[in-house]
Amino acid sequence: MDVRAQISMVFHLDKCIGCHTCSIACKNIWTDRKGAEYQWWNNVETKPGTGYPTKWEDQDIYKGGWEKKNGSIDLKGAGKKKGLLNIFHNPNLPVIDDYYEPFTYKYLDLIESPAMDDQPTARPVSLITGKPIDIKMGPNWDDDLSGTPDYARKDPNLHDLSPAEQEAMFQLERMAFFYLPRICNHCLNPACVASCPSGAIYKRGEDGIVLINQKVCRAWRMCVTACPYKKSYYNWHTGKSEKCILCYPRLEAGYAPACMHSCVGRIRYLGVILYDAGQIENAASDETESLVDRQLNMLLDPFDPGVIEAAKENGVADSTIKAAQDSPTYRFVKEWGMALPLHAEFRTLPMLFYVPPLLPVMASLSKQDTSQGEKMDPIAKFWNDTWLYDTSTEDLWGTIDQARFPLKYMANLFAAGDEEKVKLVLKKLMAVRIHRRGITVGDIAPEKVETALREAGMDAETADAIYKLTSLAKFDDRFVIPPAHREQAIEMLEFTGDTKGSIGFGFKENAERGL
Amino acid sequence: MQNFFNALNNFLLIALPYMALLVFVVGSIWRYTSTKFKFSSLSSQFLEGSQLFWGSVPFHIGILFLFFGHLTAFLIPRGVLAWNSHPARLIVLEVTAFIFAIAVLIGLVNLVYRRLTHPRISVVTSKMDYAILLLLLLQVVSGLWVAYNFRWGSSWFSSVLTPYLWSIYALQPDVSAVSALPWIVKFHIVGAYLTVLLIPFSRLVHFLVVPLDYLWRPYQQVVWYWDRKKLRKSWTPWSLQRPRNN
Repeated sequence: MDVRAQISMVFHLDKCIGCHTCSIACKNIWTDRKGAEYQWWNNVETKPGTGYPTKWEDQDIYKGGWEKKNGSIDLKGAGKKKGLLNIFHNPNLPVIDDYYEPFTYKYLDLIESPAMDDQPTARPVSLITGKPIDIKMGPNWDDDLSGTPDYARKDPNLHDLSPAEQEAMFQLERMAFFYLPRICNHCLNPACVASCPSGAIYKRGEDGIVLINQKVCRAWRMCVTACPYKKSYYNWHTGKSEKCILCYPRLEAGYAPACMHSCVGRIRYLGVILYDAGQIENAASDETESLVDRQLNMLLDPFDPGVIEAAKENGVADSTIKAAQDSPTYRFVKEWGMALPLHAEFRTLPMLFYVPPLLPVMASLSKQDTSQGEKMDPIAKFWNDTWLYDTSTEDLWGTIDQARFPLKYMANLFAAGDEEKVKLVLKKLMAVRIHRRGITVGDIAPEKVETALREAGMDAETADAIYKLTSLAKFDDRFVIPPAHREQAIEMLEFTGDTKGSIGFGFKENAERGL
Repeated sequence: MQNFFNALNNFLLIALPYMALLVFVVGSIWRYTSTKFKFSSLSSQFLEGSQLFWGSVPFHIGILFLFFGHLTAFLIPRGVLAWNSHPARLIVLEVTAFIFAIAVLIGLVNLVYRRLTHPRISVVTSKMDYAILLLLLLQVVSGLWVAYNFRWGSSWFSSVLTPYLWSIYALQPDVSAVSALPWIVKFHIVGAYLTVLLIPFSRLVHFLVVPLDYLWRPYQQVVWYWDRKKLRKSWTPWSLQRPRNN
């Protein structure tokens, strides 16, 4: 058993309101620089939707991640052979138009305009060429646009849904969507690290953060291809690739990463998980159906004396083991089995887990009611019946079984296509609600509550604990950050205030292109 | 006048190569150790991908062949002469090299055209990029000119230029044979020295860090701050090596 510590994240999607505060917090700290304007280390996507970069999940286009061949795995679009052969021109490299051309507006024109008959306008200009452009894309161009033919219906996750299912999904009355915030997954089997010809990318042993050494990167740009989540970005100005650094300077100082700290919906949790690094290769090369289980099996119980002993032997600090015991992510992912990795089929073993959203699933359309128009209150403009958002089914799991949102879609995102896994998580989410409603409102029979909890595989105590960590958790409950041990300081930092807006972080060389 | 040409010959064929080599070696070491953040191939494929293919790929494949061709003639001139002893083999070699040089020319023309016409690429083009492109363009054109007009280059390179280059290397420069070569050949030689001279100051540094070690390193890289197995041992001194990640 090769025990290592990994700082992992859980995103509770039911709580995400899609406000993009996380993206802005990240942008203001890290990517407000020339060459990095288009980079959103943290972005929020509307699902179903095509995302950023457009259709990033479609690996037939982008060739990211690992693929299984003859029992072992290799990188799909990069690697030792493909990477070096394509080094002069990488056929699988996305170009900036797959993201969007960064732009600003000529605001000064508004102020400096002479008196005219017409209002002055601020024209959009490209942040690359400085010339006026027509804006055609943005990082969240399809925000809230579920159901639209150009975006939602081109979502790669719809590939194995029948046309009828898709059609039903996008009917106006049934339409649902949710938000998917994404950052680098700080994978256990990172494709970007494996693809880097110059060896600039590495995983930090102490906390598992994946970083790109800016002094070793030579712009071979294979990591951009290899990362299936498209979370490694090429800085077109400095000629170096960049990615989310999980705000390691903040983590080392005991702060939560900026995206997590600023999260309005408090959807984010961060904590240490101990895992068995000896299983990485086997787990990543297993059959697609068992990838999620194999990954979850790698995560170790931090209370197990055997695990603790092995961890200490491996140099995991006591404080890190303690942090793993208090970790909210361990509880969500392992103890309660409520959080799943995003696109496990990419085989990178991502360590960012998502609690699938119950809300878009829950409301079912019980019957087609043609007299709905009459039921609208003419003054309050409010539908006074339940046809639109009906959660009053008699069946215990009716809202999940007759979900207005195909579970298959969510399974494609979070469970490598296994609907049962998603269903079990949704049942748990539902059981907690039923349990809490039984306590606070009291209109649910105790037997029904008991059945719900039993079928979801939990007891009342667990349900209360889930409820507390979901709804009432304070800052220190959501972010359990292991002390960084400055006495063993991992990255020695210089004061970088004087290069703010220039290179980002870590050292003071100016961001000139070339010499 | 004769004196002037002698002086010019001596400068370009003796002083310049030593200068170029010195600047190249010292400059590259300085560049590699002191300006690591700027040490990059500065790929612009991200801003424009399709035109680049028709420039970068023929250029690189061609220049690699020509580079190793020149290197072979420098290292094993007897081998090249032996190969050329049969006319058919000589023609095969010359024609192949000519084709690769044409590939370089096509690639370069495409690269220059792309740099000049694509607005996004113009933004990320420095004066040094233009200088390098111009220099390489002159090199390949003069090389083609020499190969076409003064046949057969692979043979007389091995018998005339190789001794000269070795004499430079042996610190006993002998330019008597080279001085008699046509001016276009000398132009090509001087261009080569200038290219070597400019390597540390341009994007050409990327050829010094061709990532061949990628072939034998393991895919995954984990960097530890301390040797974790020894961390808890009381005798572990605080003088352990820091990892090379910073």
